[in-house]
Amino acid sequence: MEGKLELPEGVVLKVEDLVVKFYTYSGVVHAVSKVSFYVKEGETVALVGETGCGKSVTTRALTRLIESPGRIEEGRVLFRRRNGEVVDLLKVDFETLRQIRGNEIAYIFQDPTSALDPLYTIGFHIHETIEAHVGKIPKKETLRRGIELLRQVLIPSPEVRVKNYPHEMSGGMRQRSVIAISLSNNPRLLIADEPTTNLDVTVQAQILDLLEKLQEQYKMGMILITHNLGIVAEVADRVYVMYAGKIVEEGKTEQIFYNPQHPYTKLLLRAVPDPTKKIEKLESIPGVIPSLINPPPGCRFTDRCPYAMDKCRREEPPLIEVEPGHKATCWLLVKRG
Amino acid sequence: MSENILLEVKDLKKHFRVRGSLTKKVRAVDGVNFYIKRGETLGFVGESGCGKTTLGRLVLKLIEPTSGKIFFEGKDITKAKGRELKEYWRNAQMVFQDPHTSLNPKMTIASILLEPIRFYKIDVGDEEEFLAKQMELVGLGREHLYRYPHELSGGQKQRVAILRAIITRPKFIVLDEPTSALDVSVQAQILELLKDLQRKFSLTYMFISHDISVVKYMSNRMAVMYLGKIVELGPSDPLFENPLHPYTKFLLAAVPIPDPKIARSREKILIKGEPPSPINPPPGCRFHPRCPFAMDKCRREEPPLIEVERDRFVACWLYASK
Repeated sequence: MEGKLELPEGVVLKVEDLVVKFYTYSGVVHAVSKVSFYVKEGETVALVGETGCGKSVTTRALTRLIESPGRIEEGRVLFRRRNGEVVDLLKVDFETLRQIRGNEIAYIFQDPTSALDPLYTIGFHIHETIEAHVGKIPKKETLRRGIELLRQVLIPSPEVRVKNYPHEMSGGMRQRSVIAISLSNNPRLLIADEPTTNLDVTVQAQILDLLEKLQEQYKMGMILITHNLGIVAEVADRVYVMYAGKIVEEGKTEQIFYNPQHPYTKLLLRAVPDPTKKIEKLESIPGVIPSLINPPPGCRFTDRCPYAMDKCRREEPPLIEVEPGHKATCWLLVKRG
Repeated sequence: MSENILLEVKDLKKHFRVRGSLTKKVRAVDGVNFYIKRGETLGFVGESGCGKTTLGRLVLKLIEPTSGKIFFEGKDITKAKGRELKEYWRNAQMVFQDPHTSLNPKMTIASILLEPIRFYKIDVGDEEEFLAKQMELVGLGREHLYRYPHELSGGQKQRVAILRAIITRPKFIVLDEPTSALDVSVQAQILELLKDLQRKFSLTYMFISHDISVVKYMSNRMAVMYLGKIVELGPSDPLFENPLHPYTKFLLAAVPIPDPKIARSREKILIKGEPPSPINPPPGCRFHPRCPFAMDKCRREEPPLIEVERDRFVACWLYASK
C-alpha cells in the first residue's frame, strides 16, 4: 500500500498526468496525453476545445468510463470523498467506484434523449438512482424526493411530470430531468458534457442559470465541457483550453479572455463572432487538427501556428506560469538564455 | 417593384397536415412578408420550430407554399414549373446544414460538381481544368477532385457544397445553418469564404441560423421569427443594440457573449417556458402567453408588422399606437 493520499484544502478533484490511448486497427490514438487539472469545491471549471481534442474522453476517464479499445494508461485521479477520505479513482476497487459513480460524481451528457431510458418514467429513473446507493427504499419515498427535485430544476407541475415518460417531454424538459436525476444523491462533483448543445438559446440560458444556482446550493464542484466560448465567459471560474489531447493553457476566465498566451487560445478567441463588437474580419485558424495516431513530436499546434519555430517541431514546450494561476505551454513564453 | 429588390415574398404560408387528423395543421410558416435587396445578406434567426428552415425551402420552391406569392427579379415564380423552375434554380441555390448528408457519398467531388454544369448544358471547355480553377475559389486543391466525400473533413465538404451551389453563377443563395455542424475555427473559415464569394460574384444571401452571433456578423439586416411569423426585422446592428419586440429582447439577452465582463455585468432576463407547438398557436399575438407586457388586445388581435422607425419593422401592439 502507498502512503495516505492527500489533497490541498478545498480541492475536490485533482487529475495528474492522465494518459488515455485507444488501440484501433489503424493505430494507437493518443487521445489524452498527460492532462493535469484540479477542481475546487463550489467551483466551475470549463474544459474548452474543438471536436476531437479529448475533452469528453478526459472526463469519462475520471470514473473509468472508457471502453475497449480505449485504455487508461497512466496518471492519478485524486478525489475527496464525502467522508473526507482521498482516493485514487484509477486504483480503487470496482465496488468503491460503483458507490462513487452517480452518487458523489454525477454526469450530465449532451443528448438527454439517449441518456434516458424510453421505457421508464422520470420518477423511476430517480428511484433507481437513489436505490443504487442507499439500498432498498419504498417508491413512495423516492417519489416525494423526485417531485422535489423536479421542482428545483423548475419543471412546471412536477407532480404530473414525475410520472411522464421521456417522449412526453420537450428537449429542454428532458435535459432538466437529466439534471434532476444527476442531483438525486447530492453529488460533490458534477460533470456536464456539453449540457446545452442541442438546446435553443433561451432554454440554454435557463439551464445555465439553473446549474449556477444549484451549484451554489449544493456546493458542488462542476466541470463544464463545451466548445462554446460564450458559455465559458458566462459561467466558468477557471478555464482549461485543450488542443489535440493536451491542455495548452489554463487560468482564470478573465486571464484567458483578456490576456491569452497560447497562439491557439488567441486565434480561437478571435474566431468567435462577438455580437457586442464590430468585427471587421474573423480570424480563421488555417489547417486541421493533426491526427492523434501519430501525433507530431514537439508542440501539437506547430503546423497551424503562425509563430512556429524550429524548436516547436522538435521539443515539447514546458508549462510556463505567466501570472499567478495562469499557465501556458508554448516556447514563445520561455525566456531566452 | 424597385429594380433594387431581388426577391420578394408576400403573405407566404405553409401549413403541413398532421398525420391522423383532418383538421389539425402545423402552421410552420404563417403569413410572412419580406424582400431582399441585391447584394445584401438578410439573416433569419429563431428557435427550433419557428419555421425558418421551412421558409428557406419555400423561397427556393423546394416545397409548395399553401398560399402567398414569391417574386424573383420582379417575376412571380410562385407557380413556376418545368423549364421556368429550372431557370429559377440556375439563379437561386442552396447550401444545407450538414455537408455529410448533402453530398452523395457514391459520387466523387468532380462528378458532384459537374452535375449542375451538365444539367444546364454550360460550356466550360476542358472540364478538369475548369473544375481545378473552380476549386481554387473555395480554397481546395485539384487533388480533391477525384476523392469521395468521406475522404474530406467537415469544413472541406462544406466548401464543396458551397462550390456546387455557386458553380452555375447564381444570383441568390439560401444558406441554411451552413456552419452549425462545424467547429468554431472552421466556422470562421467558412464564414470568411462566404463573404469573399459574395463580394466576388455579387451574391445575395438569405442566411438562416439559430446562432444569433453568426447571423449578426454575416447580415446587413436580420429578421427574428417566432412560431411561423416574423416578429421583428431591421438592420442588424441597431436591432441587436436596441431590440424592440419583447421576444427579441429575451432572445438576445440569452445569447452568450464571449467576453466575461460584459457577460457578467449585463442584466439577466430569462424568459419562462418554451415556445408552444405551432399546431395550435395561441390566438392574437403568438407570444402573448409568455410576454410580460401582454395586454388585452394582444390576446384577441394579431399585431401587424409595421415600420416604427426607418427600416425597422416590428409586430407588437406596444408600438402600434404610435
